[in-house]
Amino acid sequence: MTAPAPAVTTAAAFRATVQRDLLIAVRRRHGALNPFMFFLITAALFPVAVTPEPARLAEIAAGALWISALLAAMLSMDGLFRADYEDGSLEQLLLSPHPLYFLVLAKHLSHWLVSGLPLVLASPLIAAMLSLPAEARLPLLLGLALGTPALSLLGGIGAALTVGLGSRGLLLTVITLPLCLPVLIAGTLTVQQTLQGAPLAAYLSVLGAILLAALCLAPLASAAALRLSSG
Amino acid sequence: MSKDEPLLSAHDLHCERDERILFSGLSFSLRPGQILQVAGANGSGKTTLLRMVCGLFDGYQGEIRRRAADWESFLGSMLYIGHRPAVNAALTPLENLRWCCRLQAPTGAKTTADTPTEADLIDALQAAGLEGYEDSQCHGLSAGQRQRASLARLALSSARLWILDEPFTTLDGPGIRWLQGLLQGQRQRGGAVMVTSHHPLDLPDLSSLHLSP
Repeated sequence: MTAPAPAVTTAAAFRATVQRDLLIAVRRRHGALNPFMFFLITAALFPVAVTPEPARLAEIAAGALWISALLAAMLSMDGLFRADYEDGSLEQLLLSPHPLYFLVLAKHLSHWLVSGLPLVLASPLIAAMLSLPAEARLPLLLGLALGTPALSLLGGIGAALTVGLGSRGLLLTVITLPLCLPVLIAGTLTVQQTLQGAPLAAYLSVLGAILLAALCLAPLASAAALRLSSG
Repeated sequence: MSKDEPLLSAHDLHCERDERILFSGLSFSLRPGQILQVAGANGSGKTTLLRMVCGLFDGYQGEIRRRAADWESFLGSMLYIGHRPAVNAALTPLENLRWCCRLQAPTGAKTTADTPTEADLIDALQAAGLEGYEDSQCHGLSAGQRQRASLARLALSSARLWILDEPFTTLDGPGIRWLQGLLQGQRQRGGAVMVTSHHPLDLPDLSSLHLSP
């Protein structure tokens, strides 16, 4: 027998899982871009429904963008483990000798690259559309860059818990939304407080702390939930 | 550890699902070189038993002993193919096979050298009768071809224990002979197979386990 694992093959399994999921997303590009399109459409509806007046729009812009991002993340979560559950790949993930933590993390990484990153990159553009002041666009971008991966990680717990259920309905949202509220609050505060002169790092560090905690703990919870769901 | 010690032994298993007793007092063992066919009517608990053995389902009483130092090394020495073949429809057979092999590569290895090369993967798919289909997405393949794409892993596997749920179901005549050849090869290497099938297997010295309520 060789010495205990120096994790070379675990890294290979991680890479292979990221590559596989990205490849699937590229092949099914319409489905993969749905959350992004949803984000664009929701954000674009605010000026129509609330007011086109720039001054009043600027007040709600940060909140509107964050709500759109949260809803887009919720929408995309259901698909995280579903296809794998249905075609039996999830069983192979569970039976891999590599730690499920890293494999779940790999799925989250590719999921965020497809559903979260385009949203983050497009956010300054949408912010301009909603008349958000120029100096608030960087806090918004950085906040979303830290917040959307946290939303994805937290939503993964709900997705893992409900993957085996036939009719899920609102269950996933009801489980996940309370977990995501701190991200929403910290995200909107980052934009609003920075506009009023607070240092950018203060609120961003709250989002960063949430992301770090989610990175450490959420995949463990998702892994346990996946074992329960497939039992 | 003697060479002939069972890879797997189950003692007095009792399982109930939805208040129905699937089986009770079930004991069996699986030694190197043994092929165990699990038979029984639909709904008699064959799939549940297989999922119990590989650790996917733990709602049972009784004991399953596995010959392995720890859980990771058991998983590294075992290959399970369920009735859902773990073939993603958007990927090609080659991409599916590559991912499964990376995922199952034993954690003990210091390098990735143990994992099959691209040429190995293509050879395995050709042996599975998928020559010319390596680069077609699986949603265009028939159920039997997807099953072959999934079973191609067996040809690359060095796992001691194979646990296969209904692998013969969608295969045609040549496919069945190919798979039986793989099972025979596994036995000759000193591995063991636990397989559910309604198909009468044409293999010598087959052990069988009949599940009845």
